Amino acid sequence: MEYEAVIGLEVHAQVLTDSKMFCGCSADYANAAPNTHVCPVCLGLPGSLPVMNQRAIEMIAMAGLALNCSINHDTFFDRKNYFYVDLPSSYQRSQYDHPISTAGWLDIETSTGTRRIGVTRAHMEEDTGKLTHGGDGSLVDYNRSGVPLMEVVSEPDIRSSEEAKLYCAKMRQLLVWIGVNSGNLDEGAMRFDVNVSVRPRGTTAFGTKIEIKNLNSIRSVERALIYEIERQTKVLASGQTLQQETRGWDEDKGITEPQRSKELAHDYRYFPEPDLPPLAISEDWTTARRAELPELPDARRQRFEREYALSAQDAALLTSERSVAEYFEQAVTAGQGQPAKAIANWITGELFRLLNDSGETIGVVAARLQPAFIGELLGLIKGGTINGPTAKLVFEESFRTGSNPTSIVDAKGWRQISDTSAVRQFAEQAVDANPKVVNDYRAGKTQAIKFLVGQVMKASKGQANPQLAEQALHEVLDA
Amino acid sequence: MDFQKLTIAEAHTLLQAREASAVELTEAALERIVAVDNAVKAFLDIDDEGALEMARAADERIAHGNARPLTGIPLAIKDVLCMRGTTTTCGSHMLEEWVAPYDAMAITKLKADNAVLLGKTNMDEFAMGSSTENSAFVMTRNPWDVARVPGGSSGGSAAAVAAGEALGSLGTDTGGSVRQPAALCGVTGLKPTYGRVSRYGLVAFASSLDQIGPFARTARDCALLLEAIAGADINDSTAAREPVSNYAAMLDGNVKGLRVGVPQEYFVEGMEPGVEAAVRAAIETLRDLGAEIVEVSLPHTSYALPVYYIVAPAEASANLARFNGVRYGLHVEGENVIDEMELTRGQGFGAEVRRRIMLGTYALSAGYYDAYYKRAQQVRTLIRRDFQQVFAQVDVLAAAVSPTIAFEIGAKTDDPLAMYLSDVLTLPASLAGVPGLAVPCGFSAGMPVGLQLIGRPFDEGTILRVGDAYQQATDWHLRRPELAAVPADDE
Ligand SMILES: [Zn+2]
Repeated sequence: MEYEAVIGLEVHAQVLTDSKMFCGCSADYANAAPNTHVCPVCLGLPGSLPVMNQRAIEMIAMAGLALNCSINHDTFFDRKNYFYVDLPSSYQRSQYDHPISTAGWLDIETSTGTRRIGVTRAHMEEDTGKLTHGGDGSLVDYNRSGVPLMEVVSEPDIRSSEEAKLYCAKMRQLLVWIGVNSGNLDEGAMRFDVNVSVRPRGTTAFGTKIEIKNLNSIRSVERALIYEIERQTKVLASGQTLQQETRGWDEDKGITEPQRSKELAHDYRYFPEPDLPPLAISEDWTTARRAELPELPDARRQRFEREYALSAQDAALLTSERSVAEYFEQAVTAGQGQPAKAIANWITGELFRLLNDSGETIGVVAARLQPAFIGELLGLIKGGTINGPTAKLVFEESFRTGSNPTSIVDAKGWRQISDTSAVRQFAEQAVDANPKVVNDYRAGKTQAIKFLVGQVMKASKGQANPQLAEQALHEVLDA
Repeated sequence: MDFQKLTIAEAHTLLQAREASAVELTEAALERIVAVDNAVKAFLDIDDEGALEMARAADERIAHGNARPLTGIPLAIKDVLCMRGTTTTCGSHMLEEWVAPYDAMAITKLKADNAVLLGKTNMDEFAMGSSTENSAFVMTRNPWDVARVPGGSSGGSAAAVAAGEALGSLGTDTGGSVRQPAALCGVTGLKPTYGRVSRYGLVAFASSLDQIGPFARTARDCALLLEAIAGADINDSTAAREPVSNYAAMLDGNVKGLRVGVPQEYFVEGMEPGVEAAVRAAIETLRDLGAEIVEVSLPHTSYALPVYYIVAPAEASANLARFNGVRYGLHVEGENVIDEMELTRGQGFGAEVRRRIMLGTYALSAGYYDAYYKRAQQVRTLIRRDFQQVFAQVDVLAAAVSPTIAFEIGAKTDDPLAMYLSDVLTLPASLAGVPGLAVPCGFSAGMPVGLQLIGRPFDEGTILRVGDAYQQATDWHLRRPELAAVPADDE
């Protein structure tokens, strides 16, 4: 019997605000010494009260809209009660049955086409402190306590580990694109919980659901699912049954393991947070959030294909990050009528290669390598001032120094030699120096002229116009 | 100057006229505390030096001619309000040694006015109780009869004013914890509208009910205290932006034509005849002063008690969950983290607090939430609606604060339900979030009786005006208990 997986994902994404969700402490704790970004509120001290970070709500609503959700007018925080040392007030402010946004979707591009994954809800909550075990005990750092998080819950629409990976990557792309998340998964900017069951292909009832919590990379999501789907399939194929449980992913061993049930027997006793008034969200407010959203990656990708006649692959590459898409369009606008396709090629080719080598982001580099330089460079090629190989050198020099291509060409003396008499001299030298090749040519091996062109280019230090060189060689040889 | 008879308004006049200094007032308060607090035990902590330092600063401000009404006035603070650098115990072993690192907003405001903060007063543990007997530390006595309770949970703050140890004090009222002890100790006490005073720095019992309120000898003094501590606060999202009035300026002594509703449901079975007689007489006095007395009904009154004992413990079960021994407060060693939390909470909390945490946890549990917590919130809406409807007919409500006078120490400690009934007349206003004022209105068996005046949301001005007019026509609030000085003992 063939089995298929049914997968639902919960994505917990930190929201990129300056301050925490309910207090004025800085939310940028990445490089801070432990317990330095704390105050009575995020330490849960007696008598402290939360005050809502308006910007966090705006950003979470924007994320909801970007995920095609509707924004609910009547939304509020609940207290989720449980005891743990990283949770200073012993309750987490979260949203239970009145989340800020519900019923959306996220499209992913699979090898067999676009798949639409339903988004059940996207709600807001606060992060906990961070626990470090070691030595003779555990240490808690509350810098992360109260950092705004959004939780996006998908419908059980995902059918493979590959789709799950695409979904996570797309979520990351989208949230980074709209400025809600840093995308720095190494720093814990996104965490994933996975629900997975398998069932005989062709059936519609759900199998027994297994939850895998706290995966912190897309790679772990994929690996854990590959392992878990295979494990469940084997169990079912052997005629045994599965038990609903929560399992942990062991990154080193590459396996999932049952978690001790005592820690999981939670009744969270949700109830509305009395310290925070309910939010009354107006249509105007929602409209303003929608207006704040940039053009989203899918729309931009499709527009790039349409408007600039780019291939699907180029359009996808140019919309992988918003800064790349911005750079491309700026380059086209400033490109003095140079074809968009050629500009795209320079960005996805040379620029991506140089970025990869230097480890910089396009946002940083754009300050040096101005978008207008690409059109300028193409103009120099087209006008015969430089040839292709020289153009690559000019581009790299621009990338490093921020000088414009024309001044680089001038300063370096890289102008192509288009003076016919100068080229003719190089051609004559080449003919004189290579009698054997000349004989081959004269004997009908017309391809031999390519070698002589190469010799002209070499002698001119690459500056001769190759077309002129070939023309001059013909004149000398055929004279 | 007779410190024990002085009101805040009178003391302010003396200070402004340089007939007394803040230091003299503070010394008088500290002397009185030395003389009688061994008998009353209103205070948990007295900071003589700190108080005198504040008094000296107040005298300087008075000399500069920019004194506020509370500048130089000696006040006492319920030990549930955080005061930077002092222990804030909440009457619990759990926080016996916890030093608050910040000031509650109400404290910040009093300090900004250069009031003199004498010390922290006793209370039922985490404000849960109606007699102050649930304090983990000492038994506060009713200054009118030291064999009786002062009421609670703000018993220390009420007793301190009744015993002449402070000119005013702050308490907190969740289900009656200012009004009931005020009535039982024969002082004036105000529970403001929910949201009128910032709760920032008030250690939470039930977040949707807690309000800080003043005790003093007169309604006028309560007006001065309220104006000082009220107002919006960026640290408290539930603090209202409603403008703060000059409440004292609204006390014109005139209640002519004011419609006073007398809710029939508030004359409950089990009300002591002496209490009912005093309250009915007070209502007649208001009629004599020109008020129009109207019989009214608040049909859902009887549900207030069960609703309160679901909502308040539910919120408390979450609010008190932070006391887990990890970062502050009591820590009991155990085998592992969970074990330590259980031991800490089991040993740190007293019986009543544990009872309410259990009640609240149960009410919020999966499978019970709808039947208890959710239903209670629905009924709370009906109770709130009762008040909205009745305030379309009348301007204020008048009734008793407590159905009984102060009971004897120990009389109800074994019967939680009997204790809970002590608040049956104050709970509805708490659930509706409307303001209530307790004013002394007579005596029964030698013990004070309180009249409760309930007003529209944010209309503290009107109930204070009625209370003030009543106090201009009567002298119950001027009576003082005979308290013999008692030397220090080792209770
Ligand atoms: Zn903080």
